Amino acid sequence: MKKIKKIKINLNGKALFLTKGTSLYKVIKKNKLESNKIAIELNREIINKKKIDKIFLKNRDKIEIVHFIGGG
Amino acid sequence: MKKDFFKISKKKFKSRLIVGTGKYKNFVECSKAVKASGADIVTVAVRRVNISDKKKPMLMDYLDPKKITYLPNTAGCFSSGEALRTLRLAREIGGWKLVKLEVLGDKKSLLPDMIETLKSTEVLSKEGFKVMVYCNDDPLMAKRLEDVGAVAIMPLAAPIGSGLGIQNYTNIRIIRKQTKLPLIIDAGIGEASDAAIALELGCDGVLINTAIALAKKPIEMAIAMKYAVIAGRKSFLSGRIKKNITGFASTTKKGII
Repeated sequence: MKKIKKIKINLNGKALFLTKGTSLYKVIKKNKLESNKIAIELNREIINKKKIDKIFLKNRDKIEIVHFIGGG
Repeated sequence: MKKDFFKISKKKFKSRLIVGTGKYKNFVECSKAVKASGADIVTVAVRRVNISDKKKPMLMDYLDPKKITYLPNTAGCFSSGEALRTLRLAREIGGWKLVKLEVLGDKKSLLPDMIETLKSTEVLSKEGFKVMVYCNDDPLMAKRLEDVGAVAIMPLAAPIGSGLGIQNYTNIRIIRKQTKLPLIIDAGIGEASDAAIALELGCDGVLINTAIALAKKPIEMAIAMKYAVIAGRKSFLSGRIKKNITGFASTTKKGII
């Protein structure tokens, strides 16, 4: 049987373990986030939200997902 | 009479009051206050999504960005790098180009770092952002911001959240005289009369957060600010009388008995 490889990424400052080859789209979907309300950074680079299904995560990737909150 | 619109970067707005959405008890109170204020523009901040609590309410569910103009800001940024990163992300959320830049320089006074602010204004303007800039009440710096592409000058009345009202009338008047850009008092307003004075000095608008959000009755205060801004603007446009140190009777002496 083929061994499933795990990777460790960082999502909004917290460690997260995923199966190797998981797409960014899957992470967004799993966290029930609506893409028209968020912006995503992968390793300090802003990601085009239309392409998240084609981005596959690697070990040690750092993701930041932000949205609007109340502010002055 | 020609309709008196508030124009920022070719976009027309009815209300001259911009309100912040921070410090409210909850989103319900915030959206009620925004509605009561009559504001067409609200400032919003960019922060991490709460991953662990998926059911946490989101601002966009309470204030519809299709009905009210969101003005993303850089609240809490202390360097040009942080501010640029924040606004680039804000633009990515849904195409926002009109933004409010504020780069703070001191954690205690929250006064702006104008060197970092000036640098950021130039970079952002070149990237196609329409930058409304929170700044000191310094006419020379206001001019330099204008030179590097700011679309609105937003000097403070007093430190953020201080509620002290306009501290330097003369500088605000000088800035008004030198610029045709929208001039908006941002930060330091405490009560409705402060807002009215800003408009009477010739400013185009005011941005208020704390004075409404932390008032004992935020929704009532939002209404007070709405009318203060209208009153101040009308007063400015109507041409005030000259100041006189002697009395000048309101009633004619003709026909006196």
